[in-house]
Amino acid sequence: MTKNCHNDYKMKFTTDEEFPDLSLHNNHMAKVLTKEIYEKLRSKSTPSGFTVDDVIQTGVDNPGHPFIMTVGCVAGDEESYEVFKELLDPVISDRHGGYKPTDKHKTDLNFENLKGGDDLDPNYVLSSRVRTGRSIKGFTLPPHNSRGERRAIQNLSIEALSSLEGEFKGKYYPLDGMTDAEQEQLIADHFLFDKPVSPLLTCAGMARDWPDARGIWHNDNKTFLVWVNEEDHLRVISMQKGGNMKEVFKRFCVGLQKIEEIFKKHNHGFMWNEHLGYILTCPSNLGTGLRGGVHVKLPKLSTHAKFEEILTRLRLQKRGTGGVDTASVGGVFDISNADRLGSSEVEQVQLVVDGVKLMVEMEKKLEKGESIDGMIPAQKFVCDPQEEDKSIC
Amino acid sequence: MPFLLQNLSRLVSCHFLPQELMGLLDLFAKGVLFFISHFYLCSSEYPDLRQHNNCMASNLTPAIYAKLCDKTTPNGYTLDQAIQTGVDNPGHPFIKTVGMVAGDEESYEVFADLLDPIIKERHNGYDPCVMKHPTDLDSSKIHSGQFDDRYVLSSRVRTGRSIRGLSLPPACTRAERREVERVVVDALAGLKGDLTGRYYSLTQMTEKEQQQLIDDHFLFDKPVSPLLTCAGMARDWPDARGIWHNNEKTFLIWINEEDHTRVISMEKGGNMKRVFDRFCRGLKEVERLIQERGWEFMWNERLGYILTCPSNLGTGLRAGVHVKLPLLSKDPRFSKILDNLRLQKRGTGGVDTAAVGGVFDISNLDRLGQSEVQLVQTVVDGVNYLIECEKRLERGQDIKVPPPIKQFK
Repeated sequence: MTKNCHNDYKMKFTTDEEFPDLSLHNNHMAKVLTKEIYEKLRSKSTPSGFTVDDVIQTGVDNPGHPFIMTVGCVAGDEESYEVFKELLDPVISDRHGGYKPTDKHKTDLNFENLKGGDDLDPNYVLSSRVRTGRSIKGFTLPPHNSRGERRAIQNLSIEALSSLEGEFKGKYYPLDGMTDAEQEQLIADHFLFDKPVSPLLTCAGMARDWPDARGIWHNDNKTFLVWVNEEDHLRVISMQKGGNMKEVFKRFCVGLQKIEEIFKKHNHGFMWNEHLGYILTCPSNLGTGLRGGVHVKLPKLSTHAKFEEILTRLRLQKRGTGGVDTASVGGVFDISNADRLGSSEVEQVQLVVDGVKLMVEMEKKLEKGESIDGMIPAQKFVCDPQEEDKSIC
Repeated sequence: MPFLLQNLSRLVSCHFLPQELMGLLDLFAKGVLFFISHFYLCSSEYPDLRQHNNCMASNLTPAIYAKLCDKTTPNGYTLDQAIQTGVDNPGHPFIKTVGMVAGDEESYEVFADLLDPIIKERHNGYDPCVMKHPTDLDSSKIHSGQFDDRYVLSSRVRTGRSIRGLSLPPACTRAERREVERVVVDALAGLKGDLTGRYYSLTQMTEKEQQQLIDDHFLFDKPVSPLLTCAGMARDWPDARGIWHNNEKTFLIWINEEDHTRVISMEKGGNMKRVFDRFCRGLKEVERLIQERGWEFMWNERLGYILTCPSNLGTGLRAGVHVKLPLLSKDPRFSKILDNLRLQKRGTGGVDTAAVGGVFDISNLDRLGQSEVQLVQTVVDGVNYLIECEKRLERGQDIKVPPPIKQFK
């Protein structure tokens, strides 16, 4: 890729003249970015031409969010995490509970290591889902990639996915080529993803050229789904109604590993390293990139004074059933793991399984008018409990 | 296929041709190879414009794309950036948008192979390769510029100006944008008499000032139209954006919205002549003030005043009125009359709105190829004609569709 001559042109101006006004901002990037760091990084660019201004644009344009502390920066390629480490390491540390630049991340996609998870009460747990993302080595990421790259990613993905068999046999639906009937079915199944409207994504350039080279693949059983070229190269989702998280997670692990083998054969494996785990567009999704969760009815527990504290101790987070930017409806919550980096897939799903089981028992107690004070859990840790430093990692 | 081409020259030459010709054939094969692989790479990048209906999509052939896709302006602006808004916004079946922007003055030269045909299509055949654009800000030439106040509720003239040497809103850095603000605000501080005024920075105005600006209908918002956001014009909002207006609230300048500056002269009632007088006077004074400080506006005789959107080249001028035409607007000949008078109608909320209570925003269609004076006279003549029609219809008399006005061609 050629030199970034726009960045060379920008270097004519001083750091003071270019430094963004972050006085009204409340996101991780704004809390970390000093003039010194900006000065150091502004002359750099990754081999594909991504610069620090590209990294932070979304955080400059979006001062804050009503429900969550946003990250405020993105990676444009695998190298971004190295070239801009002075900025991204502290952001990662803040976002991922003190994760240090020297820490190592453990990957564990062996579903057999998950204990239980097949007995969540379906009267309360309406559905179970595990998702993650994967980036394909050799291509730049959605904030930066060109139409040619995005199309190549789509072609590779179609080839890989169409070779899957058995319970994974399925079909690809390109966004710009599906029929009206197909579109309606995908909407009815809650599979179809839309052009991003969130300015967090659009300001980072992820909606460019929509819907070129975007699409959805799912298996015939509608339990394994892959989004191509939305916020990440691939988003992989395993889901089903009811509370059998064990089955969902098994399918997730098996499916992922099958897909990974095929990409590796084409010399385009997944981006991964032992410090940051799986490399994704948003620093919040590093590590496992995994969000495992359930839609669960907790009308009484959710109004209990200690609900938030219980969630925090269980290392879980709540969302509305519409996803990240929504509120809950009818006492039904989306409960999922809060951590992504510093613990493995198995560990994170274990926390969800154990935590949701406990909360359902609490809900039942509250229904009977009994107290749950004796059930409030101690703070869960994910690190090796032998470590001296007991801080949340 | 590339492998074959690479070795073609060797295959052929070593058996049949003398030494001198081998070199030539090798060169030829390399040239063809380069052309094909460049074209192949470009074709894998060529946008899918099959659903699109905008000027960029109508004019961007694969050949033009291949020719321009590796070029950049001196500041590093690329073709892909310039066309992004048109790729992201396929258009509307009835409204044909431009679908492309300029990131800097040089974009109009570096990407001329695409911009010239777009300009020609958008500006009714104006050919930037051979024609010259006339600039005339002598408002004394306007006649009959006082409309009947019983029909014309307000009169307004707007244009844009870009500061030469600084990139345009789709591409400018924060430093450049702040420099535009500094240069312009500094110059405006030198305005005197009825033009004396003050600046309200979007980042620093008080709530009270903000409310007043909203009540005066002066405040502009962060762009929400994807036509603008996809072109990158809302980046870093509201940094270095602001509004300047004179104390009388008849001369207003927007800074760093869709262009470096938008200059607006307006007042209630139908005195378009006075509005245009102030417009010209104010513009010339601002120009003098920035020139004193070593700056100038982007302008050339091929394209007139250089602005972000190719639709605003030339004069960048939209002169218009809010006028009551309840009867005429229901007449089936209304659109044709407007067309022939080279006028366009909008709702009173601006470009994407509908009319309310029979009140329309009527303004000139053209921007490039005619001077400011010519365009304002066209509006004056046209609106006078429309009011005449409305009066005739009130009296139960019939109206005539006027013959079409001759354009520059």
